[in-house]
Amino acid sequence: MSIMGTRVVRVEDPRLLTAGGTYTDDLRVPELAGAAYVTFVRSPFAHARITGIDTSAALGTEGVVAVLTAQDLDDVPPPPADQPIAEPMLARDTVRYVGEPVALVVTDGRYQGEDAAELVNVDYEPLPAVIDLDDALRGDTLLFPDAGSNVVAADDGGAADQAEDPFAGCEVVVERTIVNQRVAPVPLETRAAAAAWADDRLTAWVSTQNAHWSRDAIAGGVGLDPSAVRVITPDVGGGFGAKIGADREAVAVAWAARRTGRPMRWVETRSENLVAMTHGRGQRHTIKIGGTRDGRITAYHLDLVQDAGAYPRQGVLLATLTKAMATGVYDIAHTRAGYQVVLTNTTPVGAYRGAGRPEATAAIERAVDLFAAEIGMDPAEVRRRNFVTPDRFPYTTPGGMEYDTGEYAAALDRVLAAAGYSELRADQERRRAAGEPVQLGIGLSTYVEITGGVPELGETARLEVHDDGSVTAWTGSSPHGQGHATAWAMLVHDELGVPMDKISVKHGDTDALAMGIGTFGSRSLQLGGTAVHQAALDVKERARELAANELEADKNDLEFDQAGGLWRVRGTPDIGLDWGRLARLAGPDGLTADVHFTSNKATFPFGAHVAVVEADVETGKVRLVRHVTVDDAGPILNPILAEGQREGGIAQGAAQALLEEVLYDREGNPITSTLVDYPFITATELPSFELVDMATPTPVNPLGVKGIGEAGTIGATPAVQNAVVDAVSHLGVRHIDMPTTPERVWTAINEARAGQ
Amino acid sequence: MKVTITVNGEPIQEDVEDRTLLVHFLRDIANLTATNIGCDTTSCGACTVLMDGESVKSCTVLAAQADGAEVTTVEGLAGQGGELHPMQRAFQAEHGLQCGFCTPGMVMAAVSLLKENPHPTEDEVRTGLEGNLCRCTGYHNIVRAVLAAAEENS
Amino acid sequence: MIPASFTYRRAESADQAVALVGEYGDEAKLLAGGHSLLPLMKLRLAVPEVLVDIGRVRELSYVRDAGDHIAIGALTRHHDLEHSELLAAELPLLAHAAGQVGDPQVRHRGTIGGSLAHSDPASDLPAVVLALDATLVARGPSGTREIPAGEFFQGLFETALDPDELLTEIRVPKPATSGWSFQKFTKRAIDWAIVGVAAQGDAVALINMGGTPLRATAVEQALAGGTPAAQAAELAAEGTEPPTDLNASPDFRRHLARVLVRRALEEARS
Repeated sequence: MSIMGTRVVRVEDPRLLTAGGTYTDDLRVPELAGAAYVTFVRSPFAHARITGIDTSAALGTEGVVAVLTAQDLDDVPPPPADQPIAEPMLARDTVRYVGEPVALVVTDGRYQGEDAAELVNVDYEPLPAVIDLDDALRGDTLLFPDAGSNVVAADDGGAADQAEDPFAGCEVVVERTIVNQRVAPVPLETRAAAAAWADDRLTAWVSTQNAHWSRDAIAGGVGLDPSAVRVITPDVGGGFGAKIGADREAVAVAWAARRTGRPMRWVETRSENLVAMTHGRGQRHTIKIGGTRDGRITAYHLDLVQDAGAYPRQGVLLATLTKAMATGVYDIAHTRAGYQVVLTNTTPVGAYRGAGRPEATAAIERAVDLFAAEIGMDPAEVRRRNFVTPDRFPYTTPGGMEYDTGEYAAALDRVLAAAGYSELRADQERRRAAGEPVQLGIGLSTYVEITGGVPELGETARLEVHDDGSVTAWTGSSPHGQGHATAWAMLVHDELGVPMDKISVKHGDTDALAMGIGTFGSRSLQLGGTAVHQAALDVKERARELAANELEADKNDLEFDQAGGLWRVRGTPDIGLDWGRLARLAGPDGLTADVHFTSNKATFPFGAHVAVVEADVETGKVRLVRHVTVDDAGPILNPILAEGQREGGIAQGAAQALLEEVLYDREGNPITSTLVDYPFITATELPSFELVDMATPTPVNPLGVKGIGEAGTIGATPAVQNAVVDAVSHLGVRHIDMPTTPERVWTAINEARAGQ
Repeated sequence: MKVTITVNGEPIQEDVEDRTLLVHFLRDIANLTATNIGCDTTSCGACTVLMDGESVKSCTVLAAQADGAEVTTVEGLAGQGGELHPMQRAFQAEHGLQCGFCTPGMVMAAVSLLKENPHPTEDEVRTGLEGNLCRCTGYHNIVRAVLAAAEENS
Repeated sequence: MIPASFTYRRAESADQAVALVGEYGDEAKLLAGGHSLLPLMKLRLAVPEVLVDIGRVRELSYVRDAGDHIAIGALTRHHDLEHSELLAAELPLLAHAAGQVGDPQVRHRGTIGGSLAHSDPASDLPAVVLALDATLVARGPSGTREIPAGEFFQGLFETALDPDELLTEIRVPKPATSGWSFQKFTKRAIDWAIVGVAAQGDAVALINMGGTPLRATAVEQALAGGTPAAQAAELAAEGTEPPTDLNASPDFRRHLARVLVRRALEEARS
């Protein structure tokens, strides 16, 4: 019987629960014996010229091995001369955000680093800081004067080509500018790296989602051939997109190890992490939606401004993904989406759980609710009238996406039934009629998103059957909580019949597996899992040949007993070859398979969420009391893991909708740089979640699976926001920007009352 | 100054800088790295251990303050034969951990919680864990794990 | 993050603590549970030369019935206040509020004396002892003195304590009226109060509505003059200077004060 779809508890857990994981700062490997500690000196200014750096006081302190600045970067490749915008390893002339690395201090002891870093004396000449998006677009102050503009990418989506106004024939048009605020990813493990230089080779340990990309970034940054760099990924304490590749700090740590010849360790503090790890989201949307009074949406425009922060890392990617997914689950005759990606003197913005798709979903789901409110129709009914219907698949969107499979109305119906939608509306009606201080809000979102994270890059796997019958699976995919060790073992077990405890899954060593991509964009199972599955099939094929040879039979006469893990000639049940025997028969080449699975198509999971909030209309305080979801990502390999992804995702979505926001003052000083000030969502702000199953396979890969890692966040964010607005909509409120803090809710109520 | 802290039953004596934090004593001197550091402000609870039987955040306790105390980390929770503590078992069974970084602190906070309130409601579990942050699980399965462990107690 | 270097001295008794503080003068800070001070030191917002650890002065950890008042040792932990049967019976407001401070780990270490001496207007317990008309007992080189709670909190992180004085006891008169309420308004349960209200009978104190915890004098006077609670509560923001921060504007805080005082009075009287 297949193990697929069963609730297998994680094989990773006993170690994590008894000894704890081995995260980068936990490494006690011999290569790092006697390692020195790196502490970065970071800019306290959002925008300033560096006029001098005096390291003498720090250098004169006990335990200080070296203080390195941009002046010392004479042994690494210079930034490309032809590009006006480049991110240096250490700031040379100009700093562009608070937290930008300016120097690094190397000390013998952990505690000496912070002391010494305080003694590095940097002279700054402050420049005007560009924080506000409109200021940035206007460009009175440029972050990179040679670039001529703060806008690094723009696409109006064909606005100029539109001959007629698509809204001209609409009975109803709603237009609004809304904010998809900047948030901090906050993996519980901050960024960390270690490095050792020996025998002309660099070994670097990086807390990353991509060992191989980190290897290439470090090799490129330090000026080595990738073959001279080995990157090892120890346990990683969460990533959420913000640990894609290697940031400049990790490159600098490797550089310092080579330069000083001493092994190095670095782990950032949370206060550094909140200003120096990439932030997520950071978009402003102008939405325009129009249609008929009977609920048909005929036109939708989205114009977005992406705040890229000080260096355009993934800002352009985020904007293009939002543009691509702008129309969501709806079939709308006239649509257009455009973007401008602009630099500001703030922490760079990068991927964060969903990366571009939560923003697209939030925009259109808010727009649909605004439209529904305008025509006075139930938002569930408006959605139902505008879905792309199942007969249209594969469906090519105006944004050029090819949706594989989707049952949007079915997902909505299922979640509404599970939530008891009509009962909820009745309760809401009762509370409104009674004028109770605590009102009920019911928020919907129906979403589709894109998963597979650059499927054409694919993913690698290597399977080896050992002489004792055990199996090792190497994967280019890179877990940081998702449970690959369990999931990949299930895939191998399912084909080879080898017991789970005889299968070990390894990842994150660029010497063990020369090529790999890693984990992001909900790609692991559909690419990395498929690669493992394919490798198991390849091993089986090779085993069939070996067994046929050994048993002197035609390979078509062989049968594989999956339960016993034995190869037999049909009709001779007494003689069987087990996996260990076959591995020995394979000889010196071993019984192995190497696979690089690629796909030319992404997959498009979808779902529907219902959030229920209680809002205290006197104080504006909102409490999420229920969250019900359908998240359809195709067949589920291990429900425990898939549900875990959904639950974590919901919490992050609710966090953005209700609480979390990175804030700067007008001078660009971060004011949410500790976990006292940044309101990371806790257990007391969340209910238990109600998950409803639905599984529509995709034809895109042999397992029929789509990604589930980000769906929870994408669906939850607008559902919770819509619920908050819904709770006070009877008072005349139509919109509240995220996070829907008590003061914002209170203000919205006051403004609505004043306007009536 | 010289401090002696009994960690998981074993007395460890060391001459440390006065400012040494208990968490660094555990990680760098006792070499027990399960206890993690997740913030600077006593907010996240990743460094939670039991000190004389009660949960504390070891990043906000000086080693000097813990001089003479009994400290239990997650490494000291399983039985002598390696059998998992009921809370560890419940965390695995209920999938109460993903990346594992908050887990040692979360488990120790949960152990302390049940010691003080053996049969909590769901709300009491949530409130009891308010000092421990998790980014992966949405707390859903952590809460279930603690309730399951409490159930096993009865 | 790690505190800057300091010298650690441990006091085994109240007398020794006073002696050590006298020895080091302004350079020394008293360390009780450390949950206000150590985080500030790690962020290097506080850089004392010497820490005098009074955490083991067990003689200052108690809750006693002293006839007309309850005597609480300054080094009694929040956790012990929260679970004190005597407090539950005599001063449920204080027991309840102590259970709202920080999180369980913080309450296992933090002490009432440490919290009061830190004098953070956003903290819970300063407003509670203010509403309860407590008297604070300080010991210095020349003996002990009593300071009414209303005079103890002088400003943000400033108290009436002299640098060489140690807060030893909090004396709380047994309330004449048993009704009480504690309203703590936060975004997350773990947060400091955006605004909070401690009410014992018609005595009302406000959290985070100014540089110190404040008595809602206008409300109390109105109540004394026979004004109905709902109307009196409308005066809650009078005489306050609420701060602006990332959680709330002064206007919103004034509004919250009015709502929360009304709710507190309603609860205390029910």
